[in-house]
Amino acid sequence: MSGNSSLPDAARDAIRESAARFPSGRQRSAVLDALRLAQDGNGGWLSVELMDAVAEELALPPIQVYEVATFYSMFEVRPVGRHCVSVCTNISCWLRGGRELLKHLESRLGISAGESTVDGRIFLKEEEECLAACTGAPMMMVGHRYHENVTPDEADRIVERLR
Amino acid sequence: MDLVHVCMPPPDAERPWRLESYEGRGGYRVWRKVLAGELDAGQVLETVKASGLRGRGGAGFPTGLKWSFMPRDCEQPTYLVCNSDESEPGTCHDRDILRYNPHVLIEGMALSAFAMGATVSYNYIRGEFLGEPVPRFLDALDEARAAGLIGRGLGAAGIDFELHPFAGAGAYICGEETGLLESLEGKPGKPRFKPPFPAQSGLYGRPTTVNNTQTLACVPAIVEKGAEWFKSLGPPNSAGTMIYSVSGHVERPGNYEAPLGVSFNDLLEHAGGVWKGRKLKAVIPGGSSVPVLPAAIIRECTMDYDSLSEAGSALGTGAMIVMDDRTCMVSVLRRIARFYYAESCGQCTPCREGTGWLYRMLTRMLEGRARVSDLDLLLSVANNIEGHTICALGDAAAWPVQSFLKHFRGEFEEKIRSSRAFARQREAAYA
Repeated sequence: MSGNSSLPDAARDAIRESAARFPSGRQRSAVLDALRLAQDGNGGWLSVELMDAVAEELALPPIQVYEVATFYSMFEVRPVGRHCVSVCTNISCWLRGGRELLKHLESRLGISAGESTVDGRIFLKEEEECLAACTGAPMMMVGHRYHENVTPDEADRIVERLR
Repeated sequence: MDLVHVCMPPPDAERPWRLESYEGRGGYRVWRKVLAGELDAGQVLETVKASGLRGRGGAGFPTGLKWSFMPRDCEQPTYLVCNSDESEPGTCHDRDILRYNPHVLIEGMALSAFAMGATVSYNYIRGEFLGEPVPRFLDALDEARAAGLIGRGLGAAGIDFELHPFAGAGAYICGEETGLLESLEGKPGKPRFKPPFPAQSGLYGRPTTVNNTQTLACVPAIVEKGAEWFKSLGPPNSAGTMIYSVSGHVERPGNYEAPLGVSFNDLLEHAGGVWKGRKLKAVIPGGSSVPVLPAAIIRECTMDYDSLSEAGSALGTGAMIVMDDRTCMVSVLRRIARFYYAESCGQCTPCREGTGWLYRMLTRMLEGRARVSDLDLLLSVANNIEGHTICALGDAAAWPVQSFLKHFRGEFEEKIRSSRAFARQREAAYA
């Protein structure tokens, strides 16, 4: 769960590329992309130092970065496990066992939703809201990958493969 | 019931997301006409207006009318923004347009921007789509750019059309058009007061139109085949097709594109009927924000704007959530309430506080810590949110409560009594 406190050069380049999609002086629009790049390069979470580095890169007051990092659910501002696992429990998934799937993973991993395993391998995200795969319910997301029509056994196999 | 593909590719198309496949099906014919100078903006605008196309994102506002609010011949830039922040519970068809037919969206955006005189457009795609829908859309953008369909000074007509992708980062509220614009400006997605409407002051304070993915994906076919053709697909006031996302307790959940106005019974049958041979109890016909309808009422409905509105609900996003006769309506409503509580942006007090109240009161009902009279309180909280907030999230939190109580009040009373009795027994057992 350790992390970097500064942005790697590749992330800086990508942030500049992202900012180029917006009119000049509107680089604030690139803050979501910038935070995502920073988080991806830091084991899945954003430290204050990283958020400050993003602010500096985009020439923004740090508060404009903090308020975005804490508003959106895909940003984590505390250390979490390497692999982010989300189980949707919203209505379409709820009706087809999404809640049971989450309970199963909680007991399998020995953690509650919102916690990470002690080995830092898996972060089980808080009860997830609809991820727009309702016709494949129940579903779970690992990183950015969707798994649909997931049974508890499949969920076990999916999390076992994560290293 | 026959499937009709306007936004989705035909099921037998091979790698339908590739430019080759899209053009093989007649794709970009209309846009190429525009680039050749054979079609002007007024023609595109008038055709879409006459087609009766209504926004597919939930509100059903007439698309051509929305476009006509954009000032004409004004200084650039003006913007078109596509809303691919699909997150209304039960709804998952925009994801399939991005995955399987991204070029229809690109062509639809090109034609729409052209009709409104906008030269720059953004597609705001929800961040959770970064795994598959976003890469598909990016690949399609590259293909279209290489083919001279996106860029500056395009074709003989020398048209400018720029299209940039944008990925969100997880917030239902960014599906609200002004929340989306705030997010696109790099801020928390807190909706703006209207007026001014985006057509006057939108992205970076410039005239902007925000349209849903499926709405824009309808445009190429409308311009090519004509307004009358599109209108003839559905009943009055409900032109065209809808990709119905059928989820919940059915045998074959799926996205089925069919004309508006198909009967509910046919659609349910197409999805294999209620699963496990059980009986139908209730349906939320247009995403979790629209009122629930009990079996007896929805059985009489057709899937279009007027029929569902007359029945006391709405077509919304066309996401049909089906519930069988073993479903506990109190638990379902509590889960829906949790959603609005979690997703309220927090700027309006009635919504920020009220959604939490709804969730906690429903939790108490399930845990045996409520009285039957609390149902009136629950309803009063919902009524005090509705209409008292900047955006429609507050209304969307209230409508499920009002409709669940309207149709299933007896079940709520029974659940409160039985949970209370159960809790007392348990207390006695451990005393």
